[in-house]
Parts: sequence; C-alpha cells; structure tokens
Amino acid sequence: MATTAVDIQTARGAGAAGHDAPGHTGGHYTSIGIDSRKIGMWIFLASDCMFFGSLIATYMIYRGRADELFRNGQGNGPLPHEILDIPYTSVSAFVLLMSSLTMVLALAAVQKGDPRGTRIWLLCTALLGSIFLGGQYFEFTSFHHEGLSLTTNMFGSTFFTLTGFHGFHVTLGVIMLLSLVFLSMRGGVTQRDAINVEIIGLYWHFVDIVWIVIFTLVYLLPYEKINTIQESGHQAMRFLGLM
Amino acid sequence: MSVHAAELHHDVAHEHPGERTYIKVAVILAIITVAEVAIWYIKSLDFLLVEALLIMSTIKFVTVVSYFMHLKFDDRRLAWIFGLAMVVALSIVIALDVLFRVHAIDYATNFLTS
Repeated sequence: MATTAVDIQTARGAGAAGHDAPGHTGGHYTSIGIDSRKIGMWIFLASDCMFFGSLIATYMIYRGRADELFRNGQGNGPLPHEILDIPYTSVSAFVLLMSSLTMVLALAAVQKGDPRGTRIWLLCTALLGSIFLGGQYFEFTSFHHEGLSLTTNMFGSTFFTLTGFHGFHVTLGVIMLLSLVFLSMRGGVTQRDAINVEIIGLYWHFVDIVWIVIFTLVYLLPYEKINTIQESGHQAMRFLGLM
Repeated sequence: MSVHAAELHHDVAHEHPGERTYIKVAVILAIITVAEVAIWYIKSLDFLLVEALLIMSTIKFVTVVSYFMHLKFDDRRLAWIFGLAMVVALSIVIALDVLFRVHAIDYATNFLTS
C-alpha cells in the first residue's frame, strides 16, 4: 500500500502539465492509461455525432420537400432562401469559432497554474457562447415574425428542431463554463484539475464543429445544389446495385 | 512501481500545442470562414460553390478536432472512437436519405393524396 501511495505521488509530480498523466486528479485512470472521464466524454460525443447526423439528414430531406410542395401550390412559406440571413449568421458562426480559441486558452492557462487567466478565458468563452445564443434567439424571433414556426412547413419543423437542439447544447455548455468559473473562484480549479477544464472544453469544441457543419449545409449550400449532390449519390448507388 | 508509473505516464501523457499555435490555428479558421462567405457572394464562382464549401468546412472540422480537441496529440484510441462514430453518423445520413427521400416520401404523398 505504501508503494502505491509513492507511486501515485510520483505520477502526480511528473504529470503536472500533462492532463493524461495517471494520478493527475487521482483514481480515474483505466487499465489503458486514459482518464475514464475523458473516455466517457469522447463516447458521449460519439453518440452525439449520430444524434446530430440524424437531425441534419432529416433537415436536408424535408427542406427540399417543403420547396417542392410550395412550387406545386400545396405548401406554405416562407422558405429558406427567403428568410435565411447569411451575413448575420456568418457573424454568429465567427463568434462561436472564436469561443473555441478562448476555450483552449483557458485550458493552457489552467495547465500553467494560472487561475486568474483560467477564469478570464472561461468567462470570455461563456460570454461568446451567450452572444451566440442571443443571436439565435433574435433569429428565431425574427423568423417567427415573418411567419415561420415549428408547424408552418417541413422546413420550419426541421430547421427549428436542428438549430434548437444545437442551441440547447450551447446553453448547457455555457452553464458548465460558468460553473467552472464559480468553482475556480472558490479555488476548486487548480493545475491538478486541468482534466475537468479539458473535458468541458471537448464538449464546447464539439458544439463548435456541429455548427461548422450546420452553417455550411443549412445556411450556405443552396437547395438546388444539395439536390444535385443527392441525385448524383443516388445514381452512384443505383450503378452499384445498392438501390 | 514508481518506475512503472513513470513509464505509464510517459506512454499516455501527450504534449499539447501552446498558445501561439492555438492563435495561429484560430486565424486560419477565421480566414477560411471569411472565404466561405465570400465565395457564397461571388456569383462567377458559383460553378464550384458546393465543392469549395464542402472542402473548406471539412478543413475547419478536421482542424478543430485535431488541434483544439487535441486528437492529433492524444491517444490514438480516442481518435478511433470519434472516427468510427463519424463513419456511423455519415452512414445514418446516407441511409435516411435513401429511405425517406426516395421511398418513404413517395409512400407518404401517395397516402395523403389517395
């Protein structure tokens, strides 16, 4: 038992800067040498990939359907090209992208043992996340005023579901970041707790990469072009005998 | 045992990039975002809009995952977990597209109009 205690102490001393170090926070290391909480977060993110994959696929399918119905005089507007505001959303995308930078700077600060720097960068990240959420609230409100709601058409249903779930993820991230700031103010986030900042950082960056995909597929790619890609894919699958 | 711990630490502790690298990566990501929006506005480049947007967003995605999420520097098994999840997610997208776009919508439309 005494040897084990020395062992853990040695590992702690050696691993102050590396958050993969065994004994970094003590007692969370698996037999493969990776912190179990870190593996847990990666597995959660892996499952979230499939969740967002389903939502994005549903959006891509039904957005086109809403367009077709509208052209045939059966559907209701407004449609994506009528209300999506590219300059406005570009700024939101930029804000979220920069929040990933402030998040890694917070991680670098906590690894260096700089609690003040950690708090500042975590607060910056939470602030940028809140700006993004404010922007999303404004966007949703303006769409509602223009007549688009969850039940207006298939575009509205899938758009609000997809971006709403993303916004929910961002909200959870902001809450976690502010919790970390609160803990840090009480001395609960030290160099040895860097793994906690890293795990929440992983979640935050994931939210950012999901928005990278949403921004391109939902906002920037015109429907006609998406249709062409899908048709090409279907032709390829028919050629291979898969359809 | 101490030696074992040190060896284990050596195996699993991976150096992450410093602030300068993070800032450089963020600048590159910002430039790509500006380029994405710019190409959307330039009508003369409309013919390569899809390819350019998909390539640029893929670069952004991979860069964030590699540098900010440290998959490039961390244990490779974590990259496998995420990589396999991405493959499954893409398969879900393709499967749903085939099932709903080609078949289910036709069934639904026939049902509604009959």
